[in-house]
Amino acid sequence: MTVPLFDYVLRLADNALVLGHRLSEWCGHGPVLEEDLALANMALDLIGQSRSLYDYAGEVGGRGHDEDALAYLRDVASYRNVLLVEQPNGDFACTMARQFFYSAFMHPYWQAMAASSDPALAAIAEKSVKEVAYHVRHTSEWAIRLGDGTEESHRRMQAAVDELWPYTGELFEADAIEAALIEAGIATDPRPLEGAWRATVANVLKTATLTLPATGWMQTGGRVGRHSEHLGHLLADLQYMQRAYPGAAW
Amino acid sequence: MYTQGLSGPVDQPDQGHDPEREARFQARIDAEERIEPNDWMPEGYRRTLIRQIAQHAHSEIVGMLPEGNWITRAPSLRRKAALLAKVQDEAGHGLYLYAAAETLDISREELVDQLLAGTAKYSSIFNYPALTWADIGTIGWLVDGAAIMNQIPLCRCSYGPYARAMIRICKEESFHQRQGFEIMLTLARGTVAQQAMAQDALDRWWWPSLMMFGPPDSESQHSDRSMRWRIKRFTNDALRQKFVDATVPQSQFLGLTIPDPALHHDPKSGHWNFGPIDWREFRRVIAGDGPCNRDRLRARRAAHAAGRWVREAALAHAAKRRARAQAAE
Ligand SMILES: [Fe+2]
Ligand SMILES: [Fe+2]
Repeated sequence: MTVPLFDYVLRLADNALVLGHRLSEWCGHGPVLEEDLALANMALDLIGQSRSLYDYAGEVGGRGHDEDALAYLRDVASYRNVLLVEQPNGDFACTMARQFFYSAFMHPYWQAMAASSDPALAAIAEKSVKEVAYHVRHTSEWAIRLGDGTEESHRRMQAAVDELWPYTGELFEADAIEAALIEAGIATDPRPLEGAWRATVANVLKTATLTLPATGWMQTGGRVGRHSEHLGHLLADLQYMQRAYPGAAW
Repeated sequence: MYTQGLSGPVDQPDQGHDPEREARFQARIDAEERIEPNDWMPEGYRRTLIRQIAQHAHSEIVGMLPEGNWITRAPSLRRKAALLAKVQDEAGHGLYLYAAAETLDISREELVDQLLAGTAKYSSIFNYPALTWADIGTIGWLVDGAAIMNQIPLCRCSYGPYARAMIRICKEESFHQRQGFEIMLTLARGTVAQQAMAQDALDRWWWPSLMMFGPPDSESQHSDRSMRWRIKRFTNDALRQKFVDATVPQSQFLGLTIPDPALHHDPKSGHWNFGPIDWREFRRVIAGDGPCNRDRLRARRAAHAAGRWVREAALAHAAKRRARAQAAE
C-alpha cells in the first residue's frame, strides 16, 4: 500500500511543481505588469501545493525524503508529471491554454479529493480547490479575450489550443498504481471527470469563438517517467544548485 | 527609493508664475499638510515628483530582472517560493508607484515609453549582474536595505499619494531586507564554498549599494528645493552614513569583510567612516555603460514588444463587449 500511495502523491506533486516552475519563468517578462503579478500568483499557488504534497510523499515513502530531496535529486525518468505541464511556455496564448486545460481538470479533481478517505490529501485538496478555481477563472477570461480579440490573438490562441490538445488525454488516465487507491477511496478516479472537463473547455472555447480540436492521437508517458525532451532542461535549471553543491543547506 | 537624488527639481519656468499662490503652497508644506492631486501646486513641484516617482517605479520593474534571473535556479523550494513572492512584491511596488505618478496627469504608457526609449532613469544598482545565489541574499540585505533607508523618510513626503504608496512599500521592503540577511546568515554558517560565495557577493555589491544614495551633497544641485518642498528630508550623504552605520555591525555579525580598507569607527562622532566612492564608476553606469544596462533595457523592450498583441487583444475584446452591451440596451 505504501508504494502506490507514494507514487500517486508524487504524480500530483510533480504536476504542481513543474507547472509552477514553468509559470515562474515568466517573472519579469509578462505582457503587462498586472499579468506579471497574476502569473506569479498562480506559480506560488502551485509551488505551495507541490510542497505540501512532497512533504506528505516523504512521510508515506518512509525513506526520509524531504521536499527538496524529492524535487531536486530525482532525474527525468523518476519524475511523474503529465506531459502537458512540462511543455514550454511558448507565447502568452500557449501558457494560458496549458494553464486552462490543466486547471479545468484539477478543479473538479481537487473537489472530489476533498472527500478522500486520506485526511492529509483531503486537507491539501480543500486548500487547492480554492486556488485552482481562480486559475480556471483567470485563464478562461484570457482564452476568451484572446480568442475574441484581434485577428492575431485569435490565430495565436487557436494555434495554442491545437498544439496542446494531444497532451490533454493523459490527464484522464488511471493505471494499476491508482486502481487500488481509487478502490480504497484515497484517490479520485479521473476518468469520470472527462465529461465535465470537456463541457468546461467547449463552453469557454465557444465563447472565445475558437474551434474545439478533433480528438486524435493522445500523447502519453509522463506519469510513468517517459517524458518529452523539455523536462531535462527544466530540471537542469531547477536542480542546478543542489547538483553543483551536493549536500549544502541553503 | 531608487532615485539616487538624480531627480532634483526640474527647472522649468512655471507658467503663470504666481508668487502669492506659491507662498500659500509653501505655507501648507511648512505646516506639514499633505498635498493632494486636486490641490494647486507649482509646475516645478509636479514635474519634480513625476520624475522622482517614475524613476522609482522603473527601478522596481527593472529590479525584477536580476533577481528574476534566479527564481528558476533557487536552491530549495522554500527559497524559490520566497524569491518569487519577493519579485512579485516588486511588481506590485511598480504598480502602486505608476498609479501615484498618474495622479499627476501623466499616463503609465507615457512613463513606460520613456523607460523603453532610454530617456528615463532607474537606479544604477540594477545594472550590475546577479551571478550567484549569494547575490540574492546580498541584494535583499544591502539593496533593499538601502532602499528602506531612503524610503522611510518618503512616507512623510509632502505629496499624499506618494507618501501613502511608500508606507505600503516600506513594510514589504523591510521584510525583503530581513529575508536577504537570513540568506546571508545561512551562507555564512555554511560550507567554505558558501562562505566564499557570500564574501564575493558582498565584494561586488558593497560600493554600488553606497552609490544608491546618489551623488555627494557637494554635487547634488537640486537638493535644497526638494528639501524645501519636503519631497526630501535628509541629504544623500546623511542617508548614506546612516546606511553604513547600520550595515557594518551586520557584516561583522555575518563574519564578512566589507571591501573598504579605509573603513574605521570614529569614536568621536560615533560613525563608521568609509573610504572614497568611485564617482566615475557611478556616472559611467548612470550614463549607460554599466555591465548590464543594455541587457536590462533589451529585456524590458523584448517583453513589451512580445506583449503588444496581448494588450491589443485585451483592448479589442473590451471594445467588442462594450459594443455588444450597447447594442443590447
Ligand atoms: Fe520594491
Ligand atoms: Fe524589495
